[in-house]
Amino acid sequence: MSKRKQNLVGYLFALPWFIGFSVFLAYPLVASIYFSFCDYSVLKKPVFIGLDNYRELFADEVFWITVKNTAIYAAISLPAGMVMALGLAMLLNAKVPGTTFFRTVFFLPSLVPMVSLAVLWLWILNGEHGVLNEVLRMVGIRGPNWLGDPAWSKPALVVLGVWGVGNAVLIYLAGLQDVPTSLVEAAELDGASPWQKTRHVTIPMISPVILFNLIMGIIGTLQVFTVPYVMFPGGSPARSTYFYAMYLFDNAFLYNKMGYASALAWVIFAIILVLTGIQFLLARKWVHYEAGR
Amino acid sequence: MNRLADLALPGFFLVVLATVWASERVVREDQPPGPVRITYWEKWTGFEGEAMRKVVDDFNKSQNRIFVQLLTVSNVQNKTMLATSAGIPPDVAGIFSANVAQFVDDRAVLPLDDFCREAGIGPEDYKPVYWNAVTYRGRIWALPSTPATTALHFNTAMMRRVGLDPNRPPRTIEELSEMADRMVQRDKDGRIRVAGFLPAEPGWWNWAWGYFFGGELWDGKDRITANSPENVRAFEWVQSFPKKYGPNEVQTFRSGFGNFSSPQNAFMSEKVAMVLQGVWMYNFISMYNPKLQWAAAPFPHPADRPDLARTTIAEADVLIIPRGAKHPREAFEFIRYVNSRKGMETLCLLQRKNSPLTDVSEEFWREHPNPYIRLFDSLAASPNAVGTPKLGIWAEYSAELNNAFEEIGLLRKTPKEALDAVTARMQPKLDQYLKRLRLREQAEASR
Repeated sequence: MSKRKQNLVGYLFALPWFIGFSVFLAYPLVASIYFSFCDYSVLKKPVFIGLDNYRELFADEVFWITVKNTAIYAAISLPAGMVMALGLAMLLNAKVPGTTFFRTVFFLPSLVPMVSLAVLWLWILNGEHGVLNEVLRMVGIRGPNWLGDPAWSKPALVVLGVWGVGNAVLIYLAGLQDVPTSLVEAAELDGASPWQKTRHVTIPMISPVILFNLIMGIIGTLQVFTVPYVMFPGGSPARSTYFYAMYLFDNAFLYNKMGYASALAWVIFAIILVLTGIQFLLARKWVHYEAGR
Repeated sequence: MNRLADLALPGFFLVVLATVWASERVVREDQPPGPVRITYWEKWTGFEGEAMRKVVDDFNKSQNRIFVQLLTVSNVQNKTMLATSAGIPPDVAGIFSANVAQFVDDRAVLPLDDFCREAGIGPEDYKPVYWNAVTYRGRIWALPSTPATTALHFNTAMMRRVGLDPNRPPRTIEELSEMADRMVQRDKDGRIRVAGFLPAEPGWWNWAWGYFFGGELWDGKDRITANSPENVRAFEWVQSFPKKYGPNEVQTFRSGFGNFSSPQNAFMSEKVAMVLQGVWMYNFISMYNPKLQWAAAPFPHPADRPDLARTTIAEADVLIIPRGAKHPREAFEFIRYVNSRKGMETLCLLQRKNSPLTDVSEEFWREHPNPYIRLFDSLAASPNAVGTPKLGIWAEYSAELNNAFEEIGLLRKTPKEALDAVTARMQPKLDQYLKRLRLREQAEASR
């Protein structure tokens, strides 16, 4: 087959994907940039209003509340989730009987659909009849009203987020199994303690995996939506669980302010882009690739 | 690799595309001979959905020109809006009266003035509060399907238990608060077990308390009045409950309530003795706790405002014809049937609601199972019957009021602070909304 023909066939094979990508991703993406400069409600034609949406946004009190809530949630839930996932992965990597069983068990919660998970936790965290507070009562502690008290609603969500670390555990586990035993053995021969082996051999060796989980975690926590949307309608109590993606959704589909919602979407995109960029810059200092750089 | 195999996959996709295109053509082909089929999206499920289905069946049997296809659609207002913007709306959609203003401002709905004139339907046929709910900016945009009013529902057995006369329900807000306090029971840990009344239960009309104190949420033109003295007074009364009982105690107590439509409902499970509820409450009581001893009365008014007696929230489910509907004339035929006395009484009897029409048959009263139906019906005719504010930004305004309600419930803000904040936030939004609406109208007029 001639080179040209080969190319043609290649393009033809890629065509369905390309059509799908342009229609369902590229066009909406570009259109939403334009809409973010418009007064647009989906039903009415977009009217160009320049930077008005962005100007309004930065003066919008609720926008800042959602930014703050999202930042706090990410700042607590991301490190907690990462430490938990790494710790679990290390335990599951131990060569003891029954690890395959436990690997499955820890992964199971990740298979539960988000909405069912939220409904389940509504019952666990219920202030009056919740399982968690019943258990606390047995040991003499009067548990808080997790869902109704603004001071406890975000911690409740963090606990819930940790419950879904199964995916990250799996990725860490794969990374851990790639750590060459020769290096660990060499460290052992040099008299390294278990902590030293972890700190100086294992963690550097899996640092690319940590970076990956970190970036995915940033993206995931900054866009947290489904669980709080189901559990805390309207970001109740008193907007303590009103997150960025919820405000975006409400503006787009409840208030029909699609232009404003597009502006919100591009702002969060810019924030995530910057944070990811910073991670890549910092990564030069602590991420080690086997091929070396 | 042979030539055929090279082209197999792209060829396959071409076939798929061609099939999709062809099937679209077939579907879009003109209607086959026979009755005109119109689609009708409705939100109700359960017995309320069955009631509507009965009316649709009756209509389909009553003539052979039009066939209505009823489809149950959740979140119907959003889906109708999206389908309308995509140019493929249903011919009739059943939304809430509270959605009408937003739909009109978004040009999502056809005016019904000409159809109504032809059919001889006018304001004299309806109780004013419901007619008001379907008109906006001087035109008719919808007609009611089923309406509702609200009243105080109280548990007579619980009243008797604390020595109150069940035949003498509270008439003033002050009496209501006093009786409510007498009914509160706590356990040895101080946790609330039973409450007399909580303004946050069921939490559907958190925005409406101001009306019971003579307040308004806007001036009907361009001013937000959330922080008017009447509204502040209402929220002060709302806040008096968490102040007396403890905000966390109330929160925790409320978190133990089950869903509205369940035997664990606070009123049905005798956790709260008095609630503001609608005409539909009777159905749920007979479904989940038929032995409950209860009665209904007009919601109390402030002692110093006897003019506010018989204040009620009157809302309706309404039928609209979305812009772009393929068969508006046939759609209206159906809406007209629903709004005939026969159609309306079938529907309202089966949904156990009051009738929005002024002309109600004796049979309707006789057959209606709700023992308080005349109360709910007369409340609809009360001069103090209020509907949802007809504001295009209502969804956002009510979310803001809900938040203020929560803040005062947790004692994080005083009523004045909370309502000042709502006003300060919503006034610029209303200004901007009205300005953009005007600009659009000018642009459309000049085109």
